Amino acid sequence: MKNWLILLAGTGVLALLPLLGDNYLMRLATMVAMYVILAQSWNFIGGLAGYPSFATAGFFGLGAYTSAVLQGMGVPLFASWGAGGLAAVIFSALVGGAILHLRGHYFAIASLVTVEVLREIVNTTPDITGGGMGLNLPIMRMTVAEHATFFFYSMLAVAFACMACAIVVHKSKLGFALRCIQQNEDAANILGVNAYLYKTIGFGFSAVFAGIAGAIYASWVHYIEPPDVFDVLISVKPLVMVLLGGLGTIFGPVIGAFILLTFEEFVWRTFLTVHAAALGVIIVALVLFLPNGVLSLTREKLGLRRRAAGEKR
Amino acid sequence: MTALLSLENVSRAFGGLRAVDGVSFGIEAGEILGLIGPNGAGKTTLINVITGVHPANSGRVIYDGRDITRLKPHQIAKLGLSRTFQIVQPFPKMTVLENVAAGALFAGQSPSMAEASREAMEQLRFTGLASVADKPALSLTLAQRKRLEFAKGLAMKPRILMLDEVNAGLNEAEIDDALAMIRKVAEKGVAIVLIEHLLKVVISVSNRIVVLHHGQLIAEGEPSAVLRDPAVVEAYLGAKYAARYGGAS
Ligand SMILES: Nc1ncnc2c1ncn2[C@@H]1O[C@H](COP(=O)(O)OP(=O)(O)OP(=O)(O)O)[C@@H](O)[C@H]1O
Ligand SMILES: [Mg+2]
Repeated sequence: MKNWLILLAGTGVLALLPLLGDNYLMRLATMVAMYVILAQSWNFIGGLAGYPSFATAGFFGLGAYTSAVLQGMGVPLFASWGAGGLAAVIFSALVGGAILHLRGHYFAIASLVTVEVLREIVNTTPDITGGGMGLNLPIMRMTVAEHATFFFYSMLAVAFACMACAIVVHKSKLGFALRCIQQNEDAANILGVNAYLYKTIGFGFSAVFAGIAGAIYASWVHYIEPPDVFDVLISVKPLVMVLLGGLGTIFGPVIGAFILLTFEEFVWRTFLTVHAAALGVIIVALVLFLPNGVLSLTREKLGLRRRAAGEKR
Repeated sequence: MTALLSLENVSRAFGGLRAVDGVSFGIEAGEILGLIGPNGAGKTTLINVITGVHPANSGRVIYDGRDITRLKPHQIAKLGLSRTFQIVQPFPKMTVLENVAAGALFAGQSPSMAEASREAMEQLRFTGLASVADKPALSLTLAQRKRLEFAKGLAMKPRILMLDEVNAGLNEAEIDDALAMIRKVAEKGVAIVLIEHLLKVVISVSNRIVVLHHGQLIAEGEPSAVLRDPAVVEAYLGAKYAARYGGAS
């Protein structure tokens, strides 16, 4: 209940943003919404189930290309976005069947390879995808402000859906099963958890919204090419955001996305050349000093207070 | 009476090592079967074979008239076969209640999370863990962890409960408590397979005993008779034990 209120209030406040009429701010907010989607998507498999997936960029790029190609064939905008999500889910089911029995580093590497496979497929099918030349999408007849507003609301709507889905999943049997798997998969199996099934569903959730986000992104920027939408950073940043915000929590991905993108915007503008290095430093600092994310700080503090109170009694 | 669970010439090897080698026996509802044998005899492996963790290389496992040899662990768990781990395997960061509720929800097939929690609480009361229900599992003492394993197993609503050294590391009072619980569960018709190193404990509680040695079944039957069996004496007990336990009854 509390989670729903926070989500509704947060989305409601953000939805007022276009009133400011600042297109730069709106572009930034669209980016935040997109990364909230990607971070929350990763959280389903990486946070809840504990499977460190690097497939996010694959789902994102596949969604982008599916919708771009379909739009080129005359499929309406929203239908093509839906198709982008669908393609990502189908892909996740196929790939999940092959790699979800791997654990830890092996799974991480295998999931990374799936992105490269997709990139290669695009590169070698220039007739359909434009290959390395990239692909142009139909230009939409809108003013700059309308364009910015439309894509902001589109991304925000999907982010909302993704967050709502996360809230439901966290409370559901699926969420419980994924947490059991994360804690001890063998013990979970013995307790009757069909780990393989739940992992595949979790992987599907981590694919669908990322695919739709990719599709919207493609329409937003009008032009996509493999190095852009299959960029490994699209896999890495959501992961860092979740670690930053709090693994397996509902709002950790949101907090992480805000922090990282704000930081990035600042660093990017100030020190253009050390951008990648700064990201690296953050990752190292995170792993060393804050393995449980920002949210854990508040919880630890609460825990300490509670413990102190308990001792007094 | 046909057995609830029967093993037919079951074998399982790891590389060249025959950890379980052509074992056959049956278990009936409500029975407490002691499974004993020296370290490395294949007791745990036998449980792993039955629960599908390390499926048999040959032979069949028949449960309730159905061949379950090739089923997956989670399927077998749902059919009513539950086990505890020799090395306890809780979900460390979950609460004690959640740990047990998982068993009720996934294997016991409780209709809802709320119902699973309610059933879990019942098992926690039965096993004397109700007061620590909301603590994370990793905060428990060894004795409590052993009981948690037991509670998880019960929450799965088993017809056969396999206990892999649930008493190891417990003191005498704790063992007595555990045995009382085991008896109560068996009285409800649940078959119990009890792996146990303390002979005194096995004898006091088992209806029947099976002895494994080098993966093979070397003796089976009523406790005192088995302990007098020369093969068992030689392989496992040594003459001193035979005189003390086998001769006394
Ligand atoms: N997963 C495995 N891989 C390889 N070898 C194994 C495996 N599990 C068991 N073994 C071997 O199989 C043999 C039987 O082991 P098992 O654990 O079943 O014995 P046990 O009777 O339970 O012994 P203990 O009383 O010490 O628990 C041992 O030699 C052991 O090393
Ligand atoms: Mg053992």
